[in-house]
Amino acid sequence: MAEILVLAEHDGQTVKKVTTELLTLARAHGEPSVVWTGEGAEAARARLAEFGAAKVYVADSADYEDFVVAPKAELLAHLIAEKSPAAVLLAATSEGREVAGRLAVKTGSGVLTDVTGVGDGLTGEQSIFGGAITVQSRVRTGTPVIAVRPNAVTPEAASGAAEIEPVSFTVTDDAKTARVTGKVVAERGERPELTEASIVVSGGRGLGSGEHFSLIEQLADSLGAAVGASRAATDAGWYPHQFQVGQTGKTVSPQLYMAIGISGAIQHRAGMQTSKTIMVVNKDPEAPIFELADFGVVGDLFKVVPQLVEEIAKRSEA
Amino acid sequence: MNIVVLVKQVPDTWSERKLRAEDSTLDRDAADAVINELDDYAIEEGLRLQEALGGEVTIVSMGPDKAADAIRKALSMGADKAVHVSDDALRGSDGLVTSAVLAKVLERTAFDVVILGSESTDARMGTLAAMLSERLGVPQMSFASKVETDGSKISIHRQADYGYDTVEATLPAVVSVVEKINEPRYPSFKGIMAAKKKPVEKLTLADLGIDPGEAGLGASATEVVSFANRPPRAAGTIVTDEGDGGAKAAEYLASRKFI
Repeated sequence: MAEILVLAEHDGQTVKKVTTELLTLARAHGEPSVVWTGEGAEAARARLAEFGAAKVYVADSADYEDFVVAPKAELLAHLIAEKSPAAVLLAATSEGREVAGRLAVKTGSGVLTDVTGVGDGLTGEQSIFGGAITVQSRVRTGTPVIAVRPNAVTPEAASGAAEIEPVSFTVTDDAKTARVTGKVVAERGERPELTEASIVVSGGRGLGSGEHFSLIEQLADSLGAAVGASRAATDAGWYPHQFQVGQTGKTVSPQLYMAIGISGAIQHRAGMQTSKTIMVVNKDPEAPIFELADFGVVGDLFKVVPQLVEEIAKRSEA
Repeated sequence: MNIVVLVKQVPDTWSERKLRAEDSTLDRDAADAVINELDDYAIEEGLRLQEALGGEVTIVSMGPDKAADAIRKALSMGADKAVHVSDDALRGSDGLVTSAVLAKVLERTAFDVVILGSESTDARMGTLAAMLSERLGVPQMSFASKVETDGSKISIHRQADYGYDTVEATLPAVVSVVEKINEPRYPSFKGIMAAKKKPVEKLTLADLGIDPGEAGLGASATEVVSFANRPPRAAGTIVTDEGDGGAKAAEYLASRKFI
């Protein structure tokens, strides 16, 4: 059966949700072999087995964390040469896409980024132009390198052997030119990461100030959700840039996206229009965001949101 | 310092963007054309480096003839000169071809730093910086929300989901920027007038020694199998708050099992 390489996203301890999504996708097209860089593979084995990994290639070196992107691309190119897989799947995170790009150049292969599904013949589905057009694309040269949008695929468990196979590969000096000297983690507290969360609550211009974002945080926390922000809000300094959802920010695809005080300009829609369910609160009935809403409330968010938070609390006590 | 800034002309996000029915390529004539949004930030960063360390800022762009407008805008912000690669054979080129062409241009231009936006608003791949770094064999300093250099060493804040990494390298390097990095200046009237006289070198594939067979749609490593306008979402339920908006929203969430 065709082997599909899956580059694992992890933080050395936890297997990230997107890895389980990639495994689910890979299983439909071949036998998944996880590629695990750095430490933590033994501890992760059970989780990878739970989602059908047949093998886990382990390259346990600090180089993959210490240098930007290039070492992972080198490793994958080496595995492509050794194992001739049918495809390589990665998460379409900023880093994942860059690994995909470098790998494509190294191997002379086509690359598809930000696909939301993979069909027969490894055809990738992509949603473009703010959701206006859905495209089916495929790679026609080399080994398909496919970067998948996190949260677009629902993970399904299926057991696999997850047999660990250490890879003897040394990263070359050519790949070690951009050195990571430190990591600064911004305050996020306990909230889930934006591109992984199943619920995202986003605030926009309608909030009027940075202080009022506490209302968004309250609603998010009542749902165990991640917090997002529109461009208007981050430009105004009301919330940090890394929480911006939209064309020049993050693309998210959660089960539920709540747009609070956001008008829904197309550059925002580009970042969230593949969300499964969209709820809107806005005082302007003409706001374009209502076109996307599965459920919308035309009203003052300063009245609607506190009431919603109260109702959620009541129901969780019931 | 020799500072090169890459610029791309893209269809305006606010226009209706289309793919051509015949070959599924982007219809660059259907919509208004503008400079890629993040490129403004790249140009601004290039100009700031020039102000700090001296040298020249050269704009490089690959695009059809009308990309000249985007180049002029970049020049009017203060860049010194430009190189415009334009060739009919390039139409429909994928990322691999684009990066190969730009790498050829950069190989014949002495550069200390190449700065570009981290992503374009049309293709949105976010891979050009990585591909160029791979082809040119120079450090990949991408997703930069801050850049510091003394002309020989460079360090950046590389934006990440959790915050950022600090990354160091020696020049020459490829740097891609995110929105957070700066506030782009508006061209002054004087800058707009001066831009008209700044030199723009036009290059074809022949000038770069690239075979037309290695460019364009035919040379693409990927292909569009089909495309369709996304069916409009089924109309949702919109209610007006009459003192119960929050309660109705909670009911909806409960009916969908979110709470």
